Amino acid sequence: MPPILNQDRPKESRAEMLARLESQASLIRQRIMTTLQAAGSGHVGGSMSCADIITALYFQVLRMDPSDPRWPDRDRFVLSKGHASAVLCPALAECGFFPRELLDTFNQLDSPFSMHPDMLKIPGADMSTGSLGHGLAIGLGMAMAARVQKRLFRAFVLMGDGELSEGSVWESAMAAAFFKVDNLIAIIDRNQFGSDCALSDLPSANALAEKWRAFGWSVREIDGHDMGQVVDALTEAPFETGRPSMIVANTVKGKGVPFAEARFDWHYHVVDQDVVDRSLAALRGAESAKEEQR
Amino acid sequence: MSMQISGLAFDPATHPRRSTRVAFGEALMELAERDLRIVALAADSARLCCTWDFNEKHPDRGFNIGIAEQNLIGMAAGMASCGLIPFACSYAPFLQSRAIEQIRNDCAYTKLPVKIMATAAGIQMGTAGSTHHATEDLAILRSIANMTVVVPADAHATYKLTFKVAEWPGPVWLRTGRDPEFVVYTDGRDFEIGKAVVLREGRDATIIACGNLVLHALLAADLLAQEGLRIGVIDMHTIKPLDREAVLKAARETGRIVTAEEHNVIGGLGGAVAEVLAQEQPTPMRMIGLNDIFASIGPTYDLMKKYGLTYEGVADTVRKFVRG
Repeated sequence: MPPILNQDRPKESRAEMLARLESQASLIRQRIMTTLQAAGSGHVGGSMSCADIITALYFQVLRMDPSDPRWPDRDRFVLSKGHASAVLCPALAECGFFPRELLDTFNQLDSPFSMHPDMLKIPGADMSTGSLGHGLAIGLGMAMAARVQKRLFRAFVLMGDGELSEGSVWESAMAAAFFKVDNLIAIIDRNQFGSDCALSDLPSANALAEKWRAFGWSVREIDGHDMGQVVDALTEAPFETGRPSMIVANTVKGKGVPFAEARFDWHYHVVDQDVVDRSLAALRGAESAKEEQR
Repeated sequence: MSMQISGLAFDPATHPRRSTRVAFGEALMELAERDLRIVALAADSARLCCTWDFNEKHPDRGFNIGIAEQNLIGMAAGMASCGLIPFACSYAPFLQSRAIEQIRNDCAYTKLPVKIMATAAGIQMGTAGSTHHATEDLAILRSIANMTVVVPADAHATYKLTFKVAEWPGPVWLRTGRDPEFVVYTDGRDFEIGKAVVLREGRDATIIACGNLVLHALLAADLLAQEGLRIGVIDMHTIKPLDREAVLKAARETGRIVTAEEHNVIGGLGGAVAEVLAQEQPTPMRMIGLNDIFASIGPTYDLMKKYGLTYEGVADTVRKFVRG
């Protein structure tokens, strides 16, 4: 039997693990930019804000087998904020689900890869997403399927914070608590921005931890760019038996690309050679500074 | 062949009735015994959709998720993606529009085997008003790629087709009614998805009907036979994929096609048939259905009669069409 990714990982110290994941996250951020360069433009802000979460999931937490993408016992991941396809696809490539060169076709005619992931075309993608407010219901269905099938897999769902304005999210929030589905773990990428402006300038959900607790979830709030906190929350979930877990991850939209950080206008942006050069310089600079610290 | 029924002898007060949704519930219960992948989901609609007993008998596989149709379909898609065969059951009017994005994106785009049992369809909840009528579902659902749309003619057809729906790959919209429907089939026959049932061979015109209109098409054909007309009748229980061959054959043999459905005349069975004929065999047509209106209030059979959706109205339309 081939090794199960993350489950059969060689032993390492916590410091080694964090160093590995942080450097992997930097690489993934670089791949976001080069992938979007091939596409010409794309969702920079919301891909960067969840890059640490995606890295922790795919390189530490999720149990899966890239040689068998449909392995029935794998953990499921639903990218409910489907517009962050530009971070999911590079992560899947780096895990070995498909050759990373394929990402050069992103958004091009008949490419498997586009702004929003298609599960029928992308090996390793567990669900097609794009329209917001769908993923939590799907993840809940997956988590309940594990119960029906007496399997041990978990379902992870990553939502954006703007997405919480969709009423359907709260239908699923209610049902997940009712059915006591503790193998459902949701994460909110709380980057505070939508496509038009800051979420504070729109009717939007706030007091998130209180809201989800009131809906019957077990909630932990973390810094979504502190790899230690991200990994701990994802590995320690479920936080309580018999309750779905919610991780509210405070993040910065565009994180890692200084000129794109905390700006609505980098939600979707043209990515040309100049943008890529400046992004990669910033990301590599930050990475070498971190390495020196270590 | 169906029972010997005639428009001359038909009495809605005494004609045998059996409920399509009850027949669905019986079939689902049998399916659950033989296939552990079968799961039932309802949205505070388990009693209506006849999955209440399923939930009692299989609490590990039967769920009532509350009044939340979007969550209903999303959950079913998640379950289907893990290898289960979920039947998501609720009111057709709410599913056809409120949950349509989940049906389109989460079930059809993904080709997942979510089976949607849409009950109280058409104007079967006559006295509830148009919020509770589903008269656009066939048009909406059949315009979505990868969807299959099935409209059984009576309880027996529903029972048989539920098994076919379960084994059919991909998502299916299975349309059922509410109050017990008039019986059409007494011969125990089986049905294939995508294969029309030719009930009468015709010469002067063919009525292509679905759902409750199949009975009325038969009654109308019998009535018109007394007047010397030979009218064909086809039960087109699958709106998509449409049995194009059956449509073209009827058009060639009878030269006139009348469609009959409990649905807006725009985009449903009539539209599907017209798309085939217009491109492959232009044939004069009449379409029976609700004439682009919201139905009035009233007992269902009274409404059906008011809008020409019973055998009298069907016969009138066909007679005028043939006699000119």
